[in-house]
Amino acid sequence: MSQAPGPLEYLRRWPLRAWVTGVAVFLYAPLISLIVFSFNDSKRNVVWQGFTFKYYGKALTDESLLTALSNSLTIALIVTLVSVVLGALSAVLLWRFRFPGKTALEGALSLPIVVPEICMGVAMLVFFAKVLPWPVGMPWPFNLGAIIISHVSFCFPFVTVVVRARLASFNRELEEAAKDLGAGEWRTFRDILIPHIAPSLVAGALLAFTLSLDDFVITFFTAGPDTVTFPVKVYSMVRFSVTPEVNAASTMLMVLTVLATFLALRFQNPAKDLAERG
Amino acid sequence: MEQSWTRAKGAFLAVFSPTVLWLFAFFLLPMGIIWAYSFGQNEGLVDIAVTGTLANYARVLQPLYLLIFLKSLWFAFLTTALCLVIGFPVAMAITFASEKTKAWLLVLIMLPFWTNLLIRTYALMAVLRTEGYVNWAYHWLWDETSGLLQMIGQAPLGAFTPLDLLHKNFAVVFGLVYVNLPFMVLPLYAALDRLDRSYLEASLDLGAGHLTTLFRIIVPLALPGIASGVLITFIPALGSYLTPDLLGGPDSQMIASVIERQFKRANDWPFGAALSFMLMYMTFAAVALQAILARRRAEARQ
Repeated sequence: MSQAPGPLEYLRRWPLRAWVTGVAVFLYAPLISLIVFSFNDSKRNVVWQGFTFKYYGKALTDESLLTALSNSLTIALIVTLVSVVLGALSAVLLWRFRFPGKTALEGALSLPIVVPEICMGVAMLVFFAKVLPWPVGMPWPFNLGAIIISHVSFCFPFVTVVVRARLASFNRELEEAAKDLGAGEWRTFRDILIPHIAPSLVAGALLAFTLSLDDFVITFFTAGPDTVTFPVKVYSMVRFSVTPEVNAASTMLMVLTVLATFLALRFQNPAKDLAERG
Repeated sequence: MEQSWTRAKGAFLAVFSPTVLWLFAFFLLPMGIIWAYSFGQNEGLVDIAVTGTLANYARVLQPLYLLIFLKSLWFAFLTTALCLVIGFPVAMAITFASEKTKAWLLVLIMLPFWTNLLIRTYALMAVLRTEGYVNWAYHWLWDETSGLLQMIGQAPLGAFTPLDLLHKNFAVVFGLVYVNLPFMVLPLYAALDRLDRSYLEASLDLGAGHLTTLFRIIVPLALPGIASGVLITFIPALGSYLTPDLLGGPDSQMIASVIERQFKRANDWPFGAALSFMLMYMTFAAVALQAILARRRAEARQ
């Protein structure tokens, strides 16, 4: 530790340390103050008045906030499932086959990643207004259909990218060996290909879940008055004032996402080890 | 080796149809409708006739809207430049840290990225508003200084006026940098991590200083990563809706807010469609520019 820093150990030099610390403060100070003041016993939210859980109680008994949260989670779960399936299929398609129009399809698949959210949002608004009017008053979770469809459209190409990167390292001889030994298409896909891409499926699922849970703009254009999601709800609360209830609700969602991320990362590592050994 | 689709038609159709059907029905079709509408006009209250008119695009080129486009480009450019300047040293630090520190630093950068965008923007509102934490600290400092001045027999400072930070252009750029910084740091790190360190060591051994090594060795070698970081920051910044809407004032509108107004309030869909396609064209131009530069670099290296 007392050694002089080596020539490339930039992190042990003070200017860079100061810089990284500064950036960390910049990134975290707003979030940490948000969390701290969710426990503050004051409506004005600036000066510390004492510890309280009452805003958590308020947030947890706020019917519309809870509905919005459960809508968001339902949407994210369904979107994740559909996106992983579509993303895996499209990745296998692009990896395995040669077919006319392949370059065009590749380009089209990367469009949802590049297109600005606002453009996709208004396109979905028009689509669900003119082409496929989503019936109002469908039973849960079908009332969320329009939002789910729009989310899948921008989430699954991300899964495609992740799974395709993983497929690049697949040894095609394994597949041929399986077929030589008499396995059919489906059997080879299920027993050889799927185990190989499993880590990327988990990573893709995590990405799709976060993207869907996080999305505001596209949801804003496809949500109806009875299908409010958490970000849309918070948006309507935030536009007018900064209140401790919003702090409390935000803190809960933040803890939820961070926990999910950590769990998924932990879950992903053993899978990766297994896949690399096998 | 890729297989020709004719050799396994069943398997091909099984993976081909769901992907293509979904992409066409729920992405390309909606985008196509918007594109068609951008050449249309309102007929009556709800109907839109696609007449092939260019009037909507002509309207986009009016000074009022052109100015908003220029302003959005300027904000996006400023955000990207600031993210690059702020993020590059961070990416350097991560690259050259020990394995364990590296993992922690990466989590440090990624964590805000996993946090909801709306929550992050809301957190900034609480920091910047007139009764926010920045002004609270400033007020405290002001009172202390005032008291100190009185103690040493000087006239106290005048009445405290809070800084007006929120609902300003400043707040928009601050917010855009805040939310987009991780997008910049990660590709930079990925590029720097792939560098062959012996080049850096050689440069340092041969007597070049750290700054010379940075600008003549590291930056040229990491240029592809820098380019993708710039693109990945620029595109979302250009089309951002939430940040200018919540942090900006009436004069800090960006394109996305104007588009939103055409669709949700003004109910002028054809004009809104033309605006969104202008934004799309600008995005594509940025992507194409990056691709051309990358190809030119690859050719120069050969």
